[in-house]
Amino acid sequence: MKPRAAIPAALAPLLLGGCSYQHYQSIFGAAAVEDRQFLSLFWFFLGVCVLMYVLVIAFLVLGIARRGRTADANVVETGRHHTSDPAMRSTLIGWTALIGIGLAGLAIASFVTDRSMAEAATGEKLAVTITGNQWWWDIVYNSADASKTLRTANELHLPADVPTRIYLKSNDVIHSFWVPSLAGKQDLIPGRDNDITIVPKKVGIYRGQCAEFCGVQHAKMNLVVVVEPYPDFIKWWEHNLQPAPAPTTPLTLAGYNYVTTGPCSSCHNVGGTPASGQIAPDLTHLASRKSLAAGSMPMSKGNLYGWIGDPQSLKPGSKMPTIGLEPDQLHAVVAYLETLK
Amino acid sequence: MSSRSSASLLLIVAFPLAVSACDREEHHSRAKPVGETVPSGESPQTIFPGSSSPPPLDVRAKLYDNNANAISQGQQLYMQMNCVGCHSHGGGGMGPPLMDDEWRYGSRIDQIATTIAEGRPNGMPAWRGKLTEDQIWDLAAYVRSMSGLPSKDAVSSRAEEMSGPTPQTLTPKPEPTNSDAVPSQ
Repeated sequence: MKPRAAIPAALAPLLLGGCSYQHYQSIFGAAAVEDRQFLSLFWFFLGVCVLMYVLVIAFLVLGIARRGRTADANVVETGRHHTSDPAMRSTLIGWTALIGIGLAGLAIASFVTDRSMAEAATGEKLAVTITGNQWWWDIVYNSADASKTLRTANELHLPADVPTRIYLKSNDVIHSFWVPSLAGKQDLIPGRDNDITIVPKKVGIYRGQCAEFCGVQHAKMNLVVVVEPYPDFIKWWEHNLQPAPAPTTPLTLAGYNYVTTGPCSSCHNVGGTPASGQIAPDLTHLASRKSLAAGSMPMSKGNLYGWIGDPQSLKPGSKMPTIGLEPDQLHAVVAYLETLK
Repeated sequence: MSSRSSASLLLIVAFPLAVSACDREEHHSRAKPVGETVPSGESPQTIFPGSSSPPPLDVRAKLYDNNANAISQGQQLYMQMNCVGCHSHGGGGMGPPLMDDEWRYGSRIDQIATTIAEGRPNGMPAWRGKLTEDQIWDLAAYVRSMSGLPSKDAVSSRAEEMSGPTPQTLTPKPEPTNSDAVPSQ
């Protein structure tokens, strides 16, 4: 490789930094207080380490350039620093002090950030319980008023500027809750209580991801996080508390009958209907969500057909079984699920 | 080199070839394609009185019997579908125990699957139409494992589910509500 070509080649990886899609899923998203604190710590660490690295390299280059100026050129370390000239001595003392100050600075910055993150956990205004399951997220908005308690799945809505405490549980194995644009990771451990507090600052849609290997479909255990202004959030909450709309056409009625009496109802809940299974994602407002099968695919009619018709080919090993619906049953079920806005 | 040492060298070199015989257990995540499943209402006749020769084992049995994945999936379904409500964790209660050696309707996996799918007198509900055929066979594989019938290498030593209460270090301490039991100061 010619030297002239080597420079662009060496700089090319820097271009990857531009590949974040509007900080949809990026630790540089800075969309919440927690991520901003983490980022300031990151930049401080990077600055200190870059400064020290540049100094070391500069002195190394200087040392190489000045070689041969002393009498015993081949001796690496004489062990006679007390006899060396004052300029060299003060440089060495200064260097040692710089290392001490740098390390102390990193330790203090890390400690202070950790403390302020722990303090943010105290001002809780909204409590959400997220339960990890293979391979989807069960989300419950807790309220002192039981009629306001909302259960949904795979799509977390958070009000901007409101400290939200997320209680993390697991029904089977260890999962990890990670929305990089908002905060760091926190594990969901079966039989243990864990929590994380997030104060979202930037309105937008973000993507979360299970960050602890949890089985064959770990990669398709995603979470859509919608940060919206507080009035919009309350509107969303009120809307989602409503029971599922009643079927109005013969086709949706046929779908309703299949969903509420067939195998769907053994696992899924559709609010206001006899389908009251509690071990699979809540379907009451399925069609209003942005994704299907825990963020595996966008919500659309075609994807609903594919997912319900043969889930095991789209997400092999998932707990949603391939039922083997007849075409007219499939049409009816999809038509009914599409009304669940 | 003597013929004996060259023979042992050959054996050592050939040894890794034996690994290819280690067949990986098949993981059936997908039920049979539409049209190949047993039509609803048609169930295999699995119970025969007397000592006449039993019917041949259902062909599906080899997909689920002694299959680690089927047993662990069945274990999750056993809790989720509330089999525990009547059969407890195998010890029985309102329903008969499943961990003993007594099988009223047969201990073969196809007989157990039929029991789950069609139900039995005195309380066992029929699960046909409420669970898929695949799930019913998974459950049957787990039920068989409760009395130790499948081979030990297929059963799991650790369930992929929560079992037992929360650890005592996390047990909350409620105030006693029955104040009569506490001597008043």
